[in-house]
Amino acid sequence: MEHTIDRRAFLRLAGLGGVAYASGLAGCAGALTSNKDFYFVQLSDAHWGFEGPPNPDARGTLPKAVAAVNSLAPEPDFIVFTGDLTHTTDDPVERRRRLGEFKRVVGRLHVQEVHFMPGEHDASLDGGAAFQEFFGSTHYTFDHKGVHFIVLDNVSDPAGKIGDAQLTWLAADLGKTDANLPIVVFTHRPLFDLYPQWDWATRDGAAAIDLLMPHPNVTVFYGHIHQENHHMTGHIAHHAARSLIFPLPAPGSQPKRTPLPWDDAHPYKGLGFREVEAQQHGQAYLLQELPVGRGAS
Amino acid sequence: MTPFCARRLLLLGAAAGVTCVLAPAAATPPRLVTVRAKRFEFEPAEIHLVRGEAVTLEFTSLDVPMGFNLPDFGLRSDVIPGGVARVQFTPDRSGQFPFHCDIFCGSGHENMSGVIIVI
Repeated sequence: MEHTIDRRAFLRLAGLGGVAYASGLAGCAGALTSNKDFYFVQLSDAHWGFEGPPNPDARGTLPKAVAAVNSLAPEPDFIVFTGDLTHTTDDPVERRRRLGEFKRVVGRLHVQEVHFMPGEHDASLDGGAAFQEFFGSTHYTFDHKGVHFIVLDNVSDPAGKIGDAQLTWLAADLGKTDANLPIVVFTHRPLFDLYPQWDWATRDGAAAIDLLMPHPNVTVFYGHIHQENHHMTGHIAHHAARSLIFPLPAPGSQPKRTPLPWDDAHPYKGLGFREVEAQQHGQAYLLQELPVGRGAS
Repeated sequence: MTPFCARRLLLLGAAAGVTCVLAPAAATPPRLVTVRAKRFEFEPAEIHLVRGEAVTLEFTSLDVPMGFNLPDFGLRSDVIPGGVARVQFTPDRSGQFPFHCDIFCGSGHENMSGVIIVI
């Protein structure tokens, strides 16, 4: 029997569990089901090709997430992967094999509009060359139901920079974007200095934030840190997503940035994906964290 | 030159990737600590310094481009094979301060880190 996740029932349960997060409009948490425009799903940090004790089901976790997304009713309008599709390898042939396998696995998603971007594991050793062979450009824009989406690449440069050329491109795009249009930015690394001691930052991320700051409604969704995190830079909200391979510790909570151990009593704990429901015509977003499969948390 | 100006110059130098930085003239030359970077470790990975004592960290890379980043002191430098990168500073507080490679250098990059211990 196919298991489906009824989103309305889940939202009611989530209210009890406290895993819902409202962003962008004060008081909107009390109006979870009103003024729904659309929703999309964010998946991140699948690290296809990883092997090790932090996830003994490394090859099974992404397929479980795909099945969980396919069980959502109604279907999301689109899906976005915010980088680290694959785990890094020094072998260019192996890198392409992993990217190809990843593409075949996510090809089972029922929703056909899927947007990809690289993480440093995919792109930092070859400037994004292999990624582009499989998924096209590493930075681009698209529009959906009155919201302007911008995908920023802060990983193809091994220094973890956006770079002057892309910043010029961003400035030009923002210059022709209506000032009142809601903007959503997808990227891999945090654009702000979340915890530079663990390289959780983008060296020139402040330049991108400066360009975005004049726009009154900007929300950033990113990955990289393998855990949920919410942060404001001025009026711009930044939301990090969970991983699909292993969770990482809270910033600075332990000496080393090592994966949290697998918990046999609670398999897949700390892993998951996110629904983002645009409300009030993109003026507010309701975030919903979901597990990779039944029984996970 | 005021200490503030010296620090600004130091940061500008680090950002530009130059291998020599400006600092106020000192009565005694800074202590030299040499650090070798190679995939995927710094040698030594634990550096012991004394609070208030000027030091020059001198980096070389044995294989691929690396980066040295010490966020708690706002210092970084590229470490390019064939060159020598020097970072000069005087630790003004005690404690343990992690540093890491901030140029993605391969499959073990994320474990390439160390700590400066200032007493």
